[in-house]
Amino acid sequence: MIALKLEGVRFRYPGASEWALDVPSLEIERGEFVTVLGPNGSGKTTLSFLANGLVPKSVRGDFEGSVEVFGHRVSDYTVAQLSTLVGTVFQEPDSQLFCMSAEEEVAFGPENLAVPREEIAKRVEWALDVVGLKGLGHRPPSTLSGGQKQRLAIAAALSMKPSMLMLDEPAYALDPVGRVELYSILSGLKARHGMTVVVMERDAEDLVEFTDRFVLMSGGKVQAVGPPREVMGDPAALARAGVSPPQMAEVASLLNARRKGPPFGFLTVEQAVAEITVNAHRHTKGGSR
Amino acid sequence: MIPHPVPGGPESVLRLRNVKFTYESGIEALGGVNLSVDKGEYLAIVGGNGSGKTTLAKHMNGLLRPSSGDILVLGAPASSRTVAELARVVGYVFQNPDHQLFCGTVQEEVAFGPSNLGLGPTEVQARADHAIDIMGLSHVKGRSPLSLSLGLRRRVSIASVIAMRPQVLVLDEPTTGLDAGEASDLMSIVRLLNEEGSTIVLITHEMKLVAEHANRVVVMAGGRIVLDADARGAFSDPGLLRSSKLLPPPVTLLAHKLAPIGVSKDVLTPEELVFELTRGGVG
Repeated sequence: MIALKLEGVRFRYPGASEWALDVPSLEIERGEFVTVLGPNGSGKTTLSFLANGLVPKSVRGDFEGSVEVFGHRVSDYTVAQLSTLVGTVFQEPDSQLFCMSAEEEVAFGPENLAVPREEIAKRVEWALDVVGLKGLGHRPPSTLSGGQKQRLAIAAALSMKPSMLMLDEPAYALDPVGRVELYSILSGLKARHGMTVVVMERDAEDLVEFTDRFVLMSGGKVQAVGPPREVMGDPAALARAGVSPPQMAEVASLLNARRKGPPFGFLTVEQAVAEITVNAHRHTKGGSR
Repeated sequence: MIPHPVPGGPESVLRLRNVKFTYESGIEALGGVNLSVDKGEYLAIVGGNGSGKTTLAKHMNGLLRPSSGDILVLGAPASSRTVAELARVVGYVFQNPDHQLFCGTVQEEVAFGPSNLGLGPTEVQARADHAIDIMGLSHVKGRSPLSLSLGLRRRVSIASVIAMRPQVLVLDEPTTGLDAGEASDLMSIVRLLNEEGSTIVLITHEMKLVAEHANRVVVMAGGRIVLDADARGAFSDPGLLRSSKLLPPPVTLLAHKLAPIGVSKDVLTPEELVFELTRGGVG
């Protein structure tokens, strides 16, 4: 099943001459972890607003084309209705946290849908647990750390029981360990709950190990779509789009430039250890012959 | 690696002695920090969210005053000097550029600091033009700072600080929100400023930046300095970094994991790792 389907989508902000987004076609499968990668101004945020209808319903401009989520045309539903299909987490968690306690924050969405009280309590407990905030439900959001606020914003989206999460730079300003923890939580949602996860990011480094497919964007256009080894294995395309390759891809391409054997394709430290040790072993055996 | 003079020696531009700071809420953000920064150093202060690194940096030009302990700027106590006086020596660039931008044009913004130093109009103009030129902002100097992209706004905020000609430039998370191209442009400019003699204090948790640029690294956790070393020394203990919510650059991690097959752990950049691997005939 297709989770998100874009056909002939173009969007232009009022008064702008260029299209902020110009995507003839893009499909994301149910249960995929997709990273939309691109520099500032590449159209990532605009793209993240399509699935819940914020573009063009709230963010106005010239819009063309069709957007479907799980087979439903986005234009046929309200933003509130779509929130049970697509949970959207904005870049700055402060912009969407406004309740007195973390629990109330997470309960707010389902309360507005008149979900029964016991069901809400269950969802709140589940969502706080999934994001690692169990026991902090009574805390005012303002007393949480940056990383905890970001996870609270995710819990608030999860309590609507969406089938897809759309997150705009969720690791913005988080420290390295906080970033990896956050991506692990998202990856767990995919693995254990079949959630479709779409992350908008500028830097691929920490996401390579979690990502099924990368969508490379620049200038409002999709430049490449494919599994990590395919998209990250093309440094020239990454450079044209204005993003850095993960450091391990850089190492692989430097090594490949000076070796005769089959090229290395590793993107993560674990993959590099495996490929390099196998190669070293082969090398030693060859040398002793 | 250029050895830096003994900390606290005659070359020190900043010296913090047992600095403690407790916020009004009662939360202790600094629990006794001793730090000496020498002239011309490129120092990175790293730590996880909430480790106290920004609080520490804000003490360097008097934006925050210690609850106890003392701070010497160019050998003289900071406590007897105003923020405006200290700003002539220590320039502080906020993480969020919008916290320091308020003028109608980039030109006015950058000229604001020097004009407050009581300099003549020609000198103010010269300093502003120079700062605008260094930061690559000539093409937007007539525009409103708030109409610019984040990357350019950050450069305006740095230009407005360096126009004061401080000896020390404190940059709080300068690459947050920037993409790869913007970050690399900005870091090249900062490197140039360092090469021209500015002392740089870089607050960050981006370890690839630290590995590439800093010659000394101070790791903070829980309001205390847990490590003060050169960049290689700082990355030699991934366990300590991890407990400080940090991770060494992937190349350093890989070098550590390949140590059993004879790779040196002492690696900071992809080029160094590749050199190690090809030297050992491993790659």
